Amino acid sequence: MCLAIPGKLVSIDVSNEDLKMGKVDFSGIVKDVCLDFVPEANIGDYVIVHVGFALNVLNEEEALKNIEMLNEIMSYNEQ
Amino acid sequence: MKYIDEYRNKELIRIISDKIRSVLTKQISIMEICGGQTHTILKYNLEEFLPAKINLIHGPGCPVCVTPIDYIDKAIELSMKDDVILVSFGDMLRVPGSEKDLLSARANGGNVRMVYSPLDSVKIASENPDTKVVFFAVGFETTAPANARAVIEADRLGLINYYMLCSHMLVPPAIEALMSNNKVKLDGLLAAGHVCTVMGLREYELLSEKFKMPVVAMGFEPLDIMNAIYMVVNQIEENRFDVENQYSRTVTREGNAHAIEIINKVFTKEDREWRGIGVIKNSGLKLRNEYSKYDALLNFDFEKKETMVIGNCIAGEILQGLNKPAQCSSFGKECKPEHPLGAPMVSSEGACAAYFRYKRSKN
Ligand code: SF4
Repeated sequence: MCLAIPGKLVSIDVSNEDLKMGKVDFSGIVKDVCLDFVPEANIGDYVIVHVGFALNVLNEEEALKNIEMLNEIMSYNEQ
Repeated sequence: MKYIDEYRNKELIRIISDKIRSVLTKQISIMEICGGQTHTILKYNLEEFLPAKINLIHGPGCPVCVTPIDYIDKAIELSMKDDVILVSFGDMLRVPGSEKDLLSARANGGNVRMVYSPLDSVKIASENPDTKVVFFAVGFETTAPANARAVIEADRLGLINYYMLCSHMLVPPAIEALMSNNKVKLDGLLAAGHVCTVMGLREYELLSEKFKMPVVAMGFEPLDIMNAIYMVVNQIEENRFDVENQYSRTVTREGNAHAIEIINKVFTKEDREWRGIGVIKNSGLKLRNEYSKYDALLNFDFEKKETMVIGNCIAGEILQGLNKPAQCSSFGKECKPEHPLGAPMVSSEGACAAYFRYKRSKN
Protein backbone atom coordinates (compact mmCIF):
# COMPACT_ATOMS: atom_id res chain seq x y z
CA MET A 1 0.00 0.00 0.00
CA CYS A 2 2.96 2.33 0.60
CA LEU A 3 4.28 1.44 -2.83
CA ALA A 4 5.88 4.40 -4.54
CA ILE A 5 7.88 4.24 -7.74
CA PRO A 6 10.27 6.57 -9.54
CA GLY A 7 9.22 8.07 -12.85
CA LYS A 8 10.48 10.88 -15.06
CA LEU A 9 8.63 14.18 -15.01
CA VAL A 10 7.91 15.02 -18.66
CA SER A 11 5.59 18.03 -18.40
CA ILE A 12 4.21 20.46 -15.85
CA ASP A 13 0.70 21.88 -16.07
CA VAL A 14 0.13 25.13 -14.20
CA SER A 15 -3.27 25.94 -15.75
CA ASN A 16 -4.89 25.36 -12.34
CA GLU A 17 -2.93 27.52 -9.95
CA ASP A 18 -4.44 25.80 -6.90
CA LEU A 19 -3.46 22.31 -7.95
CA LYS A 20 -0.12 21.81 -9.65
CA MET A 21 -0.17 18.73 -11.87
CA GLY A 22 2.33 17.11 -14.22
CA LYS A 23 2.81 14.09 -16.43
CA VAL A 24 5.20 11.41 -15.25
CA ASP A 25 6.62 8.70 -17.49
CA PHE A 26 7.08 5.25 -15.95
CA SER A 27 8.98 3.45 -18.72
CA GLY A 28 6.40 4.35 -21.33
CA ILE A 29 3.28 4.52 -19.16
CA VAL A 30 2.46 8.19 -18.62
CA LYS A 31 0.30 9.24 -15.67
CA ASP A 32 -1.09 12.50 -14.30
CA VAL A 33 0.57 13.26 -11.00
CA CYS A 34 -0.02 16.01 -8.44
CA LEU A 35 3.16 18.05 -7.86
CA ASP A 36 1.98 20.08 -4.87
CA PHE A 37 4.54 18.55 -2.49
CA VAL A 38 7.49 19.00 -4.88
CA PRO A 39 7.42 22.64 -6.01
CA GLU A 40 11.14 22.34 -6.76
CA ALA A 41 10.64 19.60 -9.38
CA ASN A 42 11.78 20.37 -12.92
CA ILE A 43 11.05 18.62 -16.20
CA GLY A 44 13.51 15.75 -16.53
CA ASP A 45 13.68 15.09 -12.80
CA TYR A 46 12.78 11.70 -11.39
CA VAL A 47 9.99 11.88 -8.83
CA ILE A 48 8.79 9.21 -6.38
CA VAL A 49 5.07 8.73 -6.97
CA HIS A 50 2.49 7.28 -4.58
CA VAL A 51 -1.31 7.25 -5.20
CA GLY A 52 -1.00 9.97 -7.84
CA PHE A 53 1.20 12.30 -5.80
CA ALA A 54 4.90 12.99 -6.12
CA LEU A 55 6.33 12.57 -2.61
CA ASN A 56 9.84 13.73 -3.40
CA VAL A 57 12.31 14.43 -6.15
CA LEU A 58 14.74 11.53 -6.43
CA ASN A 59 18.19 12.72 -5.48
CA GLU A 60 20.14 11.57 -8.54
CA GLU A 61 23.47 12.43 -7.00
CA GLU A 62 22.75 10.10 -4.07
CA ALA A 63 21.39 7.44 -6.41
CA LEU A 64 24.49 7.55 -8.60
CA LYS A 65 26.77 7.45 -5.57
CA ASN A 66 24.82 4.43 -4.39
CA ILE A 67 24.99 2.67 -7.74
CA GLU A 68 28.69 3.47 -8.07
CA MET A 69 29.30 1.97 -4.64
CA LEU A 70 27.47 -1.18 -5.71
CA ASN A 71 29.55 -1.36 -8.88
CA GLU A 72 32.71 -0.95 -6.88
CA ILE A 73 31.77 -3.82 -4.60
CA MET A 74 31.19 -5.87 -7.71
CA SER A 75 34.47 -5.08 -9.47
CA TYR A 76 36.38 -5.48 -6.23
CA ASN A 77 34.94 -8.94 -5.93
CA GLU A 78 35.73 -9.85 -9.52
CA GLN A 79 39.43 -9.09 -9.10
CA MET B 1 13.42 0.80 -15.43
CA LYS B 2 15.97 3.41 -14.35
CA TYR B 3 16.66 3.55 -10.61
CA ILE B 4 15.01 0.17 -10.15
CA ASP B 5 16.92 -2.36 -12.27
CA GLU B 6 20.25 -1.34 -10.75
CA TYR B 7 18.99 -2.64 -7.43
CA ARG B 8 18.06 -6.13 -8.58
CA ASN B 9 21.45 -7.57 -9.52
CA LYS B 10 21.59 -11.19 -8.32
CA GLU B 11 25.36 -11.38 -8.20
CA LEU B 12 25.53 -8.34 -5.96
CA ILE B 13 22.95 -9.81 -3.65
CA ARG B 14 25.25 -12.78 -3.19
CA ILE B 15 28.30 -10.57 -2.62
CA ILE B 16 26.55 -8.55 0.08
CA SER B 17 25.30 -11.79 1.57
CA ASP B 18 28.95 -12.91 1.93
CA LYS B 19 29.84 -9.61 3.55
CA ILE B 20 27.04 -10.01 6.10
CA ARG B 21 28.25 -13.53 6.92
CA SER B 22 31.79 -12.30 7.34
CA VAL B 23 30.94 -9.71 10.00
CA LEU B 24 28.04 -11.27 11.91
CA THR B 25 29.00 -13.16 15.04
CA LYS B 26 25.79 -13.36 17.07
CA GLN B 27 22.18 -14.43 16.87
CA ILE B 28 19.99 -11.40 16.08
CA SER B 29 16.37 -10.46 15.36
CA ILE B 30 15.61 -7.55 13.07
CA MET B 31 12.23 -6.29 11.98
CA GLU B 32 11.29 -4.86 8.62
CA ILE B 33 8.25 -2.77 9.34
CA CYS B 34 6.77 -2.41 5.91
CA GLY B 35 4.69 -5.05 4.12
CA GLY B 36 6.01 -3.89 0.76
CA GLN B 37 9.47 -4.84 1.94
CA THR B 38 8.23 -8.16 3.35
CA HIS B 39 6.90 -8.81 -0.13
CA THR B 40 10.30 -8.11 -1.74
CA ILE B 41 12.05 -10.33 0.82
CA LEU B 42 9.77 -13.26 -0.01
CA LYS B 43 9.69 -12.61 -3.74
CA TYR B 44 13.48 -12.56 -4.10
CA ASN B 45 13.90 -15.24 -1.46
CA LEU B 46 16.33 -13.02 0.41
CA GLU B 47 16.12 -15.08 3.59
CA GLU B 48 18.05 -17.76 1.76
CA PHE B 49 20.90 -15.31 1.27
CA LEU B 50 21.04 -14.48 4.95
CA PRO B 51 22.87 -16.44 7.63
CA ALA B 52 20.66 -18.55 9.90
CA LYS B 53 21.72 -16.32 12.77
CA ILE B 54 19.46 -13.58 11.44
CA ASN B 55 15.80 -13.88 12.35
CA LEU B 56 13.79 -11.52 10.16
CA ILE B 57 10.58 -10.47 11.88
CA HIS B 58 7.85 -9.18 9.60
CA GLY B 59 6.28 -6.09 11.11
CA PRO B 60 2.79 -4.57 11.14
CA GLY B 61 3.43 -2.28 8.18
CA CYS B 62 0.48 -3.06 5.98
CA PRO B 63 -2.23 -0.42 6.42
CA VAL B 64 -4.80 -2.66 4.79
CA CYS B 65 -4.06 -5.44 7.28
CA VAL B 66 -4.35 -3.26 10.38
CA THR B 67 -7.50 -1.32 9.44
CA PRO B 68 -9.99 -2.26 12.17
CA ILE B 69 -12.87 -4.60 11.29
CA ASP B 70 -15.24 -1.96 12.64
CA TYR B 71 -14.18 0.50 9.91
CA ILE B 72 -14.66 -2.11 7.20
CA ASP B 73 -18.12 -2.90 8.57
CA LYS B 74 -18.91 0.82 8.52
CA ALA B 75 -17.65 1.20 4.95
CA ILE B 76 -19.85 -1.72 3.90
CA GLU B 77 -22.84 -0.21 5.71
CA LEU B 78 -22.29 3.12 3.95
CA SER B 79 -22.01 1.44 0.56
CA MET B 80 -25.48 -0.10 1.03
CA LYS B 81 -27.16 3.29 1.55
CA ASP B 82 -29.16 4.51 -1.46
CA ASP B 83 -27.65 7.97 -1.53
CA VAL B 84 -24.00 7.03 -1.01
CA ILE B 85 -21.08 6.13 -3.26
CA LEU B 86 -18.31 4.49 -1.22
CA VAL B 87 -14.91 5.10 -2.78
CA SER B 88 -11.88 3.04 -1.84
CA PHE B 89 -8.38 2.05 -2.89
CA GLY B 90 -8.50 -1.32 -4.63
CA ASP B 91 -6.46 -2.96 -1.86
CA MET B 92 -9.35 -2.65 0.60
CA LEU B 93 -12.04 -4.37 -1.45
CA ARG B 94 -11.33 -7.94 -0.38
CA VAL B 95 -10.42 -7.36 3.24
CA PRO B 96 -12.94 -9.31 5.32
CA GLY B 97 -15.16 -7.41 7.74
CA SER B 98 -17.35 -9.16 10.30
CA GLU B 99 -19.56 -10.76 7.67
CA LYS B 100 -18.33 -9.82 4.23
CA ASP B 101 -15.98 -7.60 2.27
CA LEU B 102 -16.61 -4.54 0.09
CA LEU B 103 -16.49 -6.61 -3.08
CA SER B 104 -19.36 -8.81 -1.97
CA ALA B 105 -21.18 -5.70 -0.74
CA ARG B 106 -20.91 -4.44 -4.32
CA ALA B 107 -22.20 -7.75 -5.66
CA ASN B 108 -25.18 -7.31 -3.33
CA GLY B 109 -26.04 -3.89 -4.71
CA GLY B 110 -23.64 -1.74 -2.73
CA ASN B 111 -22.29 1.29 -4.55
CA VAL B 112 -18.53 0.79 -4.32
CA ARG B 113 -15.99 2.43 -6.60
CA MET B 114 -12.28 1.96 -6.76
CA VAL B 115 -9.80 4.77 -7.34
CA TYR B 116 -6.07 5.09 -7.88
CA SER B 117 -5.67 8.55 -6.36
CA PRO B 118 -7.56 10.33 -3.55
CA LEU B 119 -8.10 13.21 -5.98
CA ASP B 120 -10.25 10.86 -8.06
CA SER B 121 -12.65 10.58 -5.13
CA VAL B 122 -13.07 14.38 -5.16
CA LYS B 123 -13.74 14.21 -8.87
CA ILE B 124 -16.46 11.61 -8.33
CA ALA B 125 -18.05 13.89 -5.73
CA SER B 126 -18.03 16.91 -8.02
CA GLU B 127 -19.51 14.86 -10.86
CA ASN B 128 -22.28 13.46 -8.62
CA PRO B 129 -23.59 16.48 -6.70
CA ASP B 130 -26.82 14.69 -5.67
CA THR B 131 -25.02 11.76 -4.10
CA LYS B 132 -22.93 11.63 -0.95
CA VAL B 133 -19.45 10.43 -1.76
CA VAL B 134 -17.48 8.82 1.07
CA PHE B 135 -13.77 8.16 0.56
CA PHE B 136 -12.46 5.29 2.70
CA ALA B 137 -9.06 6.83 3.49
CA VAL B 138 -6.64 4.24 4.76
CA GLY B 139 -2.90 4.37 4.94
CA PHE B 140 0.21 5.31 6.86
CA GLU B 141 2.19 8.55 6.74
CA THR B 142 3.01 7.80 3.09
CA THR B 143 -0.61 8.20 2.04
CA ALA B 144 -1.72 10.81 4.59
CA PRO B 145 -0.55 13.87 2.62
CA ALA B 146 -2.41 12.73 -0.50
CA ASN B 147 -5.60 12.14 1.48
CA ALA B 148 -5.20 15.48 3.26
CA ARG B 149 -4.78 17.16 -0.12
CA ALA B 150 -8.07 15.61 -1.26
CA VAL B 151 -9.89 17.22 1.68
CA ILE B 152 -8.35 20.60 0.85
CA GLU B 153 -9.42 20.18 -2.76
CA ALA B 154 -13.00 19.28 -1.79
CA ASP B 155 -13.00 22.36 0.45
CA ARG B 156 -11.69 24.59 -2.32
CA LEU B 157 -14.40 23.35 -4.66
CA GLY B 158 -16.99 23.97 -1.94
CA LEU B 159 -18.31 20.41 -2.14
CA ILE B 160 -21.06 19.63 0.35
CA ASN B 161 -21.38 15.97 -0.62
CA TYR B 162 -17.82 14.84 0.15
CA TYR B 163 -16.89 12.79 3.24
CA MET B 164 -13.94 10.83 4.49
CA LEU B 165 -13.97 7.62 6.54
CA CYS B 166 -10.57 8.13 7.96
CA SER B 167 -8.47 5.16 9.11
CA HIS B 168 -5.00 6.59 9.15
CA MET B 169 -2.30 4.95 11.21
CA LEU B 170 1.10 6.20 12.32
CA VAL B 171 4.07 3.85 12.32
CA PRO B 172 6.41 5.03 15.12
CA PRO B 173 3.83 4.80 17.95
CA ALA B 174 3.07 1.22 16.88
CA ILE B 175 6.74 0.24 16.94
CA GLU B 176 7.11 1.90 20.30
CA ALA B 177 4.11 -0.02 21.65
CA LEU B 178 5.39 -3.35 20.32
CA MET B 179 8.81 -2.75 21.82
CA SER B 180 7.49 -1.47 25.14
CA ASN B 181 5.28 -4.47 25.84
CA ASN B 182 8.43 -6.56 25.56
CA LYS B 183 6.76 -9.21 23.48
CA VAL B 184 9.17 -8.74 20.58
CA LYS B 185 12.81 -8.24 21.26
CA LEU B 186 14.58 -6.51 18.43
CA ASP B 187 18.26 -5.97 17.86
CA GLY B 188 17.63 -3.67 14.91
CA LEU B 189 14.88 -1.99 12.95
CA LEU B 190 14.54 -1.53 9.19
CA ALA B 191 12.38 1.55 8.80
CA ALA B 192 9.92 1.86 5.92
CA GLY B 193 11.47 4.04 3.25
CA HIS B 194 8.37 5.77 1.97
CA VAL B 195 7.02 6.60 5.42
CA CYS B 196 10.43 8.22 6.03
CA THR B 197 10.31 9.96 2.64
CA VAL B 198 7.37 11.94 4.01
CA MET B 199 8.21 12.19 7.71
CA GLY B 200 12.00 12.17 7.76
CA LEU B 201 14.08 10.43 10.40
CA ARG B 202 13.62 12.39 13.60
CA GLU B 203 10.95 10.13 15.11
CA TYR B 204 13.28 7.19 14.52
CA GLU B 205 16.09 8.97 16.29
CA LEU B 206 13.88 9.04 19.39
CA LEU B 207 13.04 5.34 19.02
CA SER B 208 16.66 4.40 18.48
CA GLU B 209 17.70 6.36 21.55
CA LYS B 210 14.91 5.02 23.76
CA PHE B 211 15.50 1.36 22.94
CA LYS B 212 19.24 1.60 22.25
CA MET B 213 18.57 0.05 18.89
CA PRO B 214 20.10 0.56 15.43
CA VAL B 215 17.64 1.86 12.84
CA VAL B 216 18.20 1.99 9.09
CA ALA B 217 15.76 3.67 6.70
CA MET B 218 15.49 1.19 3.87
CA GLY B 219 14.44 1.16 0.21
CA PHE B 220 12.29 -1.43 -1.51
CA GLU B 221 14.50 -3.25 -4.00
CA PRO B 222 16.35 -6.46 -3.10
CA LEU B 223 19.75 -4.76 -3.01
CA ASP B 224 18.36 -1.95 -0.85
CA ILE B 225 17.23 -4.56 1.64
CA MET B 226 20.46 -6.56 1.64
CA ASN B 227 22.44 -3.37 2.02
CA ALA B 228 20.28 -2.09 4.87
CA ILE B 229 20.61 -5.42 6.70
CA TYR B 230 24.38 -5.19 6.25
CA MET B 231 24.28 -1.69 7.76
CA VAL B 232 22.25 -2.88 10.76
CA VAL B 233 24.55 -5.85 11.28
CA ASN B 234 27.59 -3.57 11.24
CA GLN B 235 26.03 -1.32 13.86
CA ILE B 236 25.19 -4.29 16.08
CA GLU B 237 28.70 -5.71 15.79
CA GLU B 238 30.22 -2.31 16.54
CA ASN B 239 27.86 -1.78 19.48
CA ARG B 240 26.40 1.35 17.93
CA PHE B 241 22.78 2.40 17.80
CA ASP B 242 22.44 5.14 15.22
CA VAL B 243 19.83 6.07 12.67
CA GLU B 244 21.31 5.52 9.22
CA ASN B 245 19.84 6.18 5.83
CA GLN B 246 20.23 3.47 3.22
CA TYR B 247 17.52 5.05 1.03
CA SER B 248 19.24 8.40 0.66
CA ARG B 249 18.11 8.78 -2.94
CA THR B 250 14.65 9.49 -1.55
CA VAL B 251 14.80 9.99 2.22
CA THR B 252 16.17 13.06 4.00
CA ARG B 253 16.42 13.66 7.72
CA GLU B 254 13.78 16.39 7.52
CA GLY B 255 11.32 14.57 5.28
CA ASN B 256 9.04 16.54 2.97
CA ALA B 257 8.08 19.78 4.70
CA HIS B 258 5.20 20.50 2.30
CA ALA B 259 3.67 17.08 2.88
CA ILE B 260 4.10 17.29 6.67
CA GLU B 261 2.51 20.73 6.69
CA ILE B 262 -0.62 19.56 4.93
CA ILE B 263 -0.95 16.49 7.18
CA ASN B 264 -0.83 18.77 10.23
CA LYS B 265 -3.24 21.23 8.69
CA VAL B 266 -5.94 18.63 8.04
CA PHE B 267 -5.38 15.86 10.58
CA THR B 268 -4.74 15.53 14.28
CA LYS B 269 -3.57 12.53 16.31
CA GLU B 270 -5.86 10.24 18.27
CA ASP B 271 -5.71 6.83 19.92
CA ARG B 272 -6.47 4.16 17.36
CA GLU B 273 -7.21 0.47 17.28
CA TRP B 274 -4.98 -1.67 15.08
CA ARG B 275 -6.66 -4.81 13.82
CA GLY B 276 -5.37 -7.80 15.70
CA ILE B 277 -3.16 -5.69 17.94
CA GLY B 278 -5.44 -3.42 19.95
CA VAL B 279 -5.59 0.27 20.79
CA ILE B 280 -2.30 2.16 20.54
CA LYS B 281 -2.01 5.62 21.99
CA ASN B 282 -1.73 8.52 19.53
CA SER B 283 -1.29 6.12 16.65
CA GLY B 284 -4.06 7.36 14.37
CA LEU B 285 -5.02 10.47 12.46
CA LYS B 286 -8.50 11.99 12.37
CA LEU B 287 -9.81 15.12 10.69
CA ARG B 288 -9.34 18.32 12.67
CA ASN B 289 -12.44 20.12 13.98
CA GLU B 290 -12.21 22.68 11.15
CA TYR B 291 -12.81 19.82 8.72
CA SER B 292 -15.33 17.85 10.78
CA LYS B 293 -18.07 18.46 8.20
CA TYR B 294 -16.14 16.01 6.00
CA ASP B 295 -15.83 13.36 8.71
CA ALA B 296 -18.04 10.39 7.80
CA LEU B 297 -17.99 9.12 11.39
CA LEU B 298 -19.65 12.35 12.57
CA ASN B 299 -22.06 12.85 9.70
CA PHE B 300 -23.70 9.46 9.25
CA ASP B 301 -25.66 7.25 11.63
CA PHE B 302 -24.27 3.77 11.98
CA GLU B 303 -25.98 0.67 13.32
CA LYS B 304 -24.60 -0.45 16.63
CA LYS B 305 -23.07 -3.80 15.84
CA GLU B 306 -20.60 -6.06 17.51
CA THR B 307 -17.64 -6.80 15.31
CA MET B 308 -16.78 -10.45 14.94
CA VAL B 309 -13.30 -11.81 14.81
CA ILE B 310 -13.00 -14.80 12.57
CA GLY B 311 -11.94 -17.96 14.37
CA ASN B 312 -8.58 -19.65 13.88
CA CYS B 313 -6.91 -16.57 12.47
CA ILE B 314 -3.80 -15.50 14.33
CA ALA B 315 -3.32 -12.33 12.30
CA GLY B 316 -2.69 -10.31 15.45
CA GLU B 317 0.31 -12.45 16.31
CA ILE B 318 1.56 -12.33 12.73
CA LEU B 319 1.29 -8.53 12.65
CA GLN B 320 3.22 -8.22 15.87
CA GLY B 321 5.96 -10.49 14.63
CA LEU B 322 5.19 -13.09 17.30
CA ASN B 323 4.51 -15.85 14.81
CA LYS B 324 5.10 -16.64 11.16
CA PRO B 325 2.26 -17.46 8.74
CA ALA B 326 3.17 -21.12 8.38
CA GLN B 327 2.52 -21.53 12.11
CA CYS B 328 -1.16 -20.65 11.62
CA SER B 329 -3.31 -23.79 11.46
CA SER B 330 -5.55 -22.21 8.81
CA PHE B 331 -2.70 -21.14 6.52
CA GLY B 332 -3.10 -22.58 3.04
CA LYS B 333 -6.05 -24.69 4.19
CA GLU B 334 -9.21 -22.76 5.07
CA CYS B 335 -7.31 -19.54 4.45
CA LYS B 336 -6.04 -18.76 0.96
CA PRO B 337 -5.87 -15.58 -1.12
CA GLU B 338 -9.10 -16.62 -2.91
CA HIS B 339 -10.94 -16.75 0.41
CA PRO B 340 -8.91 -15.07 3.10
CA LEU B 341 -9.85 -15.39 6.75
CA GLY B 342 -7.70 -12.49 7.80
CA ALA B 343 -6.37 -9.35 6.20
CA PRO B 344 -2.71 -10.47 5.91
CA MET B 345 -3.88 -13.05 3.37
CA VAL B 346 -5.62 -10.39 1.24
CA SER B 347 -3.15 -7.71 0.51
CA SER B 348 -0.09 -8.64 -1.53
CA GLU B 349 1.82 -6.88 1.23
CA GLY B 350 0.34 -9.03 3.95
CA ALA B 351 2.84 -11.52 5.33
CA CYS B 352 0.43 -14.47 4.92
CA ALA B 353 -0.21 -13.72 1.23
CA ALA B 354 3.51 -13.24 0.58
CA TYR B 355 4.31 -16.61 2.22
CA PHE B 356 1.47 -18.29 0.36
CA ARG B 357 2.62 -16.96 -2.99
CA TYR B 358 6.37 -17.40 -2.75
CA LYS B 359 7.10 -19.99 -0.07
CA ARG B 360 4.42 -22.58 -0.47
CA SER B 361 5.42 -23.51 -4.01
CA LYS B 362 8.81 -24.56 -2.72
CA ASN B 363 7.67 -26.68 0.17
S1 SF4 C 1 -2.99 -17.54 7.32
FE1 SF4 C 1 -5.05 -16.65 7.22
S2 SF4 C 1 -6.04 -17.34 9.08
FE2 SF4 C 1 -3.84 -17.61 9.40
S3 SF4 C 1 -3.14 -15.68 10.34
FE3 SF4 C 1 -2.87 -15.43 8.14
S4 SF4 C 1 -4.77 -14.45 7.49
FE4 SF4 C 1 -5.20 -15.30 9.52
